[in-house]
Amino acid sequence: MAGKDLSMLKDPMVDNNPITLQVLGICSALAVTSSLKVALVMAIAVTLVTAFSNFFISLLRNQIPSSIRIIVQMVIIASLVILVDQVLKAYLYEISKTLSVFVGLIITNCIVMGRAEAYAMKNPPIPSFLDGIGNGLGYSLILLLVGVVRELLGSGSLFGVQILETVNNGGWYVPNGLLLLPPSAFFVIGLLIWGFRTWKPAQVEKRDYKIMETEGAH
Amino acid sequence: MPNAENTTAPTGLWARFNAMPLDSAPRTITVAVVLCLICSMIVSGAAVLLKPQQEINKTLDKKTNILKVAGLYEAGVDVEKAFGAFEPRLVDVATGKFSDAADAATYDQRAAAKDPVLSIALDNDPASIKRQAKLASVYLLRDDAGKIERIILPVHGYGLWSTLYGFIALNADANEVYGLRFYSHGETPGLGAEVDNPKWMAQWPGKLVYGDNGSVDIGVGKSAPAGIDGSKHHIDAIAGATLTSRGVDNLVKFWMGEQGFKTFLDNLKKGEA
Repeated sequence: MAGKDLSMLKDPMVDNNPITLQVLGICSALAVTSSLKVALVMAIAVTLVTAFSNFFISLLRNQIPSSIRIIVQMVIIASLVILVDQVLKAYLYEISKTLSVFVGLIITNCIVMGRAEAYAMKNPPIPSFLDGIGNGLGYSLILLLVGVVRELLGSGSLFGVQILETVNNGGWYVPNGLLLLPPSAFFVIGLLIWGFRTWKPAQVEKRDYKIMETEGAH
Repeated sequence: MPNAENTTAPTGLWARFNAMPLDSAPRTITVAVVLCLICSMIVSGAAVLLKPQQEINKTLDKKTNILKVAGLYEAGVDVEKAFGAFEPRLVDVATGKFSDAADAATYDQRAAAKDPVLSIALDNDPASIKRQAKLASVYLLRDDAGKIERIILPVHGYGLWSTLYGFIALNADANEVYGLRFYSHGETPGLGAEVDNPKWMAQWPGKLVYGDNGSVDIGVGKSAPAGIDGSKHHIDAIAGATLTSRGVDNLVKFWMGEQGFKTFLDNLKKGEA
């Protein structure tokens, strides 16, 4: 069992990563990765919400009528997100101000709904909980990777600690302002997906179509 | 309602409930009602329990912003201690005199603006605030000799989506702006929320609120209106945020004008406040 549990945590990190393979949860990955500290808080929040929503939905899975199952999942997820938002406002006020609407938008994060619908509805609570943690960690991994690239190149710092001395402060590094803007996260995530798929060619999607060879083309 | 009696008589009702098909209407409704009740209890419980801590954070954030607008904030400074440098006072907006009608340290201007006894309804309301508190909390910073060095005035008004709350700091001449910043608003991130951008805020210091004849000349816009010296009174609007910029323009003009703090500032200059 221990080996299987471990692989449940590890699988979504690389082999079945929710962002790079399933391409879910991109929206928040763009918005919150311009600094690592914020990305870390967001990553923890999403991991907790995914894990606990999976757990509770799995507990109730035999009681949830299938006609209202999506709404039931939403209610559970939304309650957990509000809980996280309230706790952040109480104990991490500065960060909750930066995250602003994006905490609330965890509700609409496809990873949370996706795991609830695809896994928790069919599996017992403990594996569902682990699946939630695993997928949350997979999301966190990408979020932090993007955060490292964007904060380091965009403001020359990591976790707010200056690594590359910027020109404005008398150093040598000219920060790339583009990396602080949301579109840059697209580029970084795109490069990451490319990297992951080159490393693991099995992740490359099959083409929907194939160009036909025409007669006499040669 | 089977769910209400579930707990009192579990055997009979629970068995009957369980015997119902999963997708039958009574069972669906029961599940929905029970789930919503439990979730709403958890959510409201958390909101009530965490409220005091959240209030502390809000007050601290407001004080931090007062320190920042007055140029006293440094990273890692003890906010409560640094805030002790200010002298909080209440000002009767209509007469422009200091008032001791309430305790300045605990007075909540935002709450007072909603109270019909403590506020007046506005007919002429360019800042779209509907009601204005009769008393306003101002913060004075005095130098060692006891002379006023800076005056911090609360301002608020409607932008595009939300009411912007902030402070404007004036120098001792009650005319030159030391700084302006908003501590609470819900404007569009990246557009209207650029009122928090340090580069935009950097336009405010050194600008003069009043012209030579005492009119409110300071303004936010595309360019300074005819007859007003832009280098002294004009602040560039934020690109892509016309309505927020207009809101800031209105609220600054309102609070610096006759309906706002002009009488108080005039009294202060004459030493009659």
